[in-house]
Amino acid sequence: MALAARAEIKVGEKFPEIATSTIGGKLRELTKGRVVLVDFWASWCVPCARSFPVMDELQKTYGAKGLVIIAVNVDEIKADMESFLKAHPVTFSVVRDAKQRLVEKTGIAAMPSSFLLDKNGKVAFAHSGFHGSETQAQYKREIESLLKQDPK
Amino acid sequence: MKTKPILICLALLMLGATGCQSVSPWQRGTLANYTMRADRDPLGDAQSEHVFFSREEASGGKGVGGGGCGCN
Repeated sequence: MALAARAEIKVGEKFPEIATSTIGGKLRELTKGRVVLVDFWASWCVPCARSFPVMDELQKTYGAKGLVIIAVNVDEIKADMESFLKAHPVTFSVVRDAKQRLVEKTGIAAMPSSFLLDKNGKVAFAHSGFHGSETQAQYKREIESLLKQDPK
Repeated sequence: MKTKPILICLALLMLGATGCQSVSPWQRGTLANYTMRADRDPLGDAQSEHVFFSREEASGGKGVGGGGCGCN
C-alpha cells in the first residue's frame, strides 16, 4: 500500500524555489517584488485548456502593473506540451517541470492548480481546479488586492 | 488452533502487499489518454450496445422501454 502522504502548500507559506535548470536564474529576477501566478497544467487536462485564454487576458491586463504568470507544465511527454501550446498560443511564460519535482513539492490535489504569490513570494491564494468565470472573477479580485500591497 | 491467528495475520499482510498505488493528479496523463476510453470506438460501441439491447430480455435493453425480443 503506497498511499503517499500529500501535504498541499497552504496559504501564507513560502512557495518552493522555481529552480528549473534552464530558466531558474532569469525567473528569479523576473518574479522579484512582483505578484506571481504559478499555474500547474498539462496538455491532457481539459479545464487547463479553458484557463489559458483567461490567464492570457490577465497577463495582458495586469502584466504592466506587476503581475507575472508562470505556467508550469507537468506533461510526461514534451511533444504533448508543444502541440498544446501551438493550439493555445499565450503571452505568459511557460516552463516545463519535466521530472515533476516542483509539482510534487506542492502536492496539489487537482489539475489545474494555481498559487497566487504576493510580492514577498508567499502564497496568498490557492486555487484547485478552474471553474470558468467564477475563477476568473476571483483571480481579478485577488490580483488587484495583491498589486496594491507593497513588498516588505 | 494456534495457526489460525497466524493465518489471519498472514492473509491481512498479503492484502496489504497488493499493488495498490495512488496516482497523483499530475501523473494522470496516461489515464486521460483517448485510448483509455471505453467508448473510443463508435462502431464497436454500437455493436456491443446492440447485442446488449437484444439480450437483456424484460429489462428493456439499454435505457429504453421494450423487451428483448432479439428482433431489433
